[in-house]
Amino acid sequence: MSGRFFGAAVTRLEDARLLAGKGRYVDDIELPGMLHAAFVRASVAHGMIRNIDTHDALGMPGVVAIYTMADFADIAQGPMPPMAPHPLLKTPITYHPLVDAEIRHVGEAIAIVLADTRAEAEDAAAAVVLDIEFLPTVSDAGLACEAGSPKTHTHLASNIAATMKAGFGNCAAVFAKADHVLTERFDIHRGGCHSMECRGVVASIELQTDSLTISTSSQSPYMVRRHLAVYLKCDENDIRVMTPDVGGGFGPKANVYPEEFAVALAVIKSRRPVKWIEDRQEHFVATTQQRGQIWTLDVAFTNEGRLQAIRGHCIHDNGAYAPYGLILPATALGSFPGPYALEALDLSIDVVLTNLVPTSPVRGACRPNVAFLLERLADRVARHLGIDRQEVRRRSFIRADQMPYTTGMKARDGSPISYDSGDYGGALDLVLDKIDAANFEKRRNDAKQRGKLRGLGIASCVEDTGLGPFEGASVRVTPAGKVFVATGASGQGQGHCTAFAQIAADMLGVELADVTVESGDTAKFPLGISTIASRIAVTAGSSVQLAAQKVRSKVMAFASHQFEVGEHDLELERGSVGVKGIPGMSIRLSEIARTLAGNAGVAMPGGIEPDLAATAYFNSNALTFAYGANACEVEVDPETGDVSVLRYVVVHDCGRMINPLIVDGQIRGGVVHGIGNALFERMIYDEEGQPLTTTYGDYLLPMASEMPRIEIHHIETPSPLNPLGVKGAGEGGTIPAAACVISAVENALGPEGPFIGLHPISPQHIVTWLDRARSDNGLAI
Amino acid sequence: MTEHFVTFTLNSERREATVDSRMHLGDFLRHSLGLTGTHLGCEHGVCGACTIIVNGAPIRSCLMLAVQVDGAVVETVESLSKAGALSPLQQAFATNHGLQCGFCTSGMLMTLEAYLRTTPAPTERDVRIAISGNICRCTGYEGIVQAALDTASAKGSPT
Repeated sequence: MSGRFFGAAVTRLEDARLLAGKGRYVDDIELPGMLHAAFVRASVAHGMIRNIDTHDALGMPGVVAIYTMADFADIAQGPMPPMAPHPLLKTPITYHPLVDAEIRHVGEAIAIVLADTRAEAEDAAAAVVLDIEFLPTVSDAGLACEAGSPKTHTHLASNIAATMKAGFGNCAAVFAKADHVLTERFDIHRGGCHSMECRGVVASIELQTDSLTISTSSQSPYMVRRHLAVYLKCDENDIRVMTPDVGGGFGPKANVYPEEFAVALAVIKSRRPVKWIEDRQEHFVATTQQRGQIWTLDVAFTNEGRLQAIRGHCIHDNGAYAPYGLILPATALGSFPGPYALEALDLSIDVVLTNLVPTSPVRGACRPNVAFLLERLADRVARHLGIDRQEVRRRSFIRADQMPYTTGMKARDGSPISYDSGDYGGALDLVLDKIDAANFEKRRNDAKQRGKLRGLGIASCVEDTGLGPFEGASVRVTPAGKVFVATGASGQGQGHCTAFAQIAADMLGVELADVTVESGDTAKFPLGISTIASRIAVTAGSSVQLAAQKVRSKVMAFASHQFEVGEHDLELERGSVGVKGIPGMSIRLSEIARTLAGNAGVAMPGGIEPDLAATAYFNSNALTFAYGANACEVEVDPETGDVSVLRYVVVHDCGRMINPLIVDGQIRGGVVHGIGNALFERMIYDEEGQPLTTTYGDYLLPMASEMPRIEIHHIETPSPLNPLGVKGAGEGGTIPAAACVISAVENALGPEGPFIGLHPISPQHIVTWLDRARSDNGLAI
Repeated sequence: MTEHFVTFTLNSERREATVDSRMHLGDFLRHSLGLTGTHLGCEHGVCGACTIIVNGAPIRSCLMLAVQVDGAVVETVESLSKAGALSPLQQAFATNHGLQCGFCTSGMLMTLEAYLRTTPAPTERDVRIAISGNICRCTGYEGIVQAALDTASAKGSPT
């Protein structure tokens, strides 16, 4: 489609309010009589609670109540329902809202304290006395797989929660005949999402009906409602969940959390409104994390550098619970074979329980991990054969003329996965051209004169977007002529309101300012899935288009009846529908809306259904695949090990862009997240499962002073799979970025340097590698 | 709990209040005075989201106690828009897509507001260092940096 607004880089409708300090985040909500909650959290990674003594704490100023899991027994019991049951997970491994007996990671919530102020609640939480029997702890996923390892859950037979497998072709046969086989080990470290707003919940109960109203900083308001209703054995209609402005999500806020349940239970118990705002230290110990995996992979390839087959195994650090089932490791398997036309693939993943914070998708889920594996292997093969890295890719990529390409992998429903469109070679050529790879050696030599090691990195990726099953929207024109769009797809800063308004405004011939988008309120739209997996432009965007189209049809039918002309003689623009070429023969949308809103005793004109409104769902039955190629240049200081990312160029194809300003913003933020994964972000635990990096002084995030400008070039190949021709863009920046930066660092360290199969890398790594290279090879730097 | 009486200037208005000795300035502004535009991101002085301007200098409102504002001149993000119109810096943030979720935005704005008053013609490197104490997880910083540069160059150019 096209129009005045679709495809235009219009500034966001959200911005004026947010810039003026008039955003409304969950901590900005105040309710009369509201209590403040603080959690008593576990300070050991594994233990059995023998006693919780709240006596002294209850006597402290301002304290109203302290609840443990046992106190909720008359309302609800047992573990939380699993969000995504999986046949391989024989037992659901979910949290209780508060620990029932066995503590399984530092930070688990044990009791909830309600007080008049947050400070008083925190004071009392510190005064609750816990008697805990310590249990042996396992904080390393590799060790957790070994026989005799301490068990994360004492009642489970093993720390291996599930073993997942995927593949295609005859791997053994391809490996047996391959010209070359290499084996590499990869260690990808844990990090967090670190949305700038921590999590938070404000909940209240209507005293006459017992219905609950919950505002939560979540990506999944409908999942919170659904699972809480199951847990409380009530109807979904008894719970209203809203997401006000949410200060970033990046994946972890898609989970349904024990604190959301515990606050709701505390509200039911106390019959008072309760607010809980996660502090940053809690965020480090209680919000899910990601990316911890150890892979061992064999790659088979030809003398020319064509990748033929990959086989191997992964130890996936799941942490202590699997609130999101096996979604995260499933995205690792689902990201193969990336852009490569492999003949065979044979993979297995052990999903391993550890006494650490659970892992769940963070921006890209395991797609960045797999891009790292595949791109590092491509570089490794090039290095082994002594040919250009881009040649390995060109010879191994799925070609544009092979699209649609059936990869050999299966989707979650068992159907074959097919890439709908893409030109991976073209994207790589373009990015190499834009970064001026042809003259790179000159820049490398110039850097050498300055005592710096300059490297060029490249990385490509394919991203499945538009995950099903659906999102929906309703579009309504009010008697004032304003357009209201309601959708289940809540936002966390992606600019949904602007993008959806662009779609609706074009379809209904109104101004952007006439459109208001409301999302993330279960009372305003009946169903929603989650804002995850780069799926909202495809699913919710298309549903807005379909709903607005239905409203437009109604407008046309009304005007056709009114003016007694065929619909093809009508035009809809600037808030009016009229007969083409006949000035004055027109009617405003507001008037139609007023008529269709009904008057007592007056029949609907032309038998048209009441209300100038419509609802539509878009079923996303097949994934649509975005892709990209990145290139960057870094300089390494051989004395300090410091890495400077000097240039970063992205070529990206997410189909038709609704708003290029927003797409570019998604890509830039995503790339910087990936640079953080490559160089900075390291969540460290000791052997006892104690987190050692729980402040921003210890856990480093990418800052403006270290980040380059991100240069972006778009290819727009419309998706054939949805009415807008769009593909997702929320994660495509992150997916190849760590691989690209590490590729550049390895390239900077030169042929004497190591193969780098881990991230994040630190200055210490680099200095150690250079020292080793100097002593092993007499490297002259 | 010890309480203290403070008098200060907040967004050009004279204010008086009684505050608990342990209440930090960020909580005081947000929860006692209802100025929720200032956001608390880490409450340990690193993320910069809660930055406001006190006596002309950018400070972290989570690291300053409310009692310390006695006699001070305090400016928060709510002071930037005049008569409902965005300031040039705020407008430049919108034009350059310098915000997404909006949570770090108030701190970014106040850091740059204070910075641009004293450094009217910064380079890109200067701006990046000026906001190197403010974390943004959404934007990759580029739109924010460009907004500051555009604001400075618009001010510097003859009108």
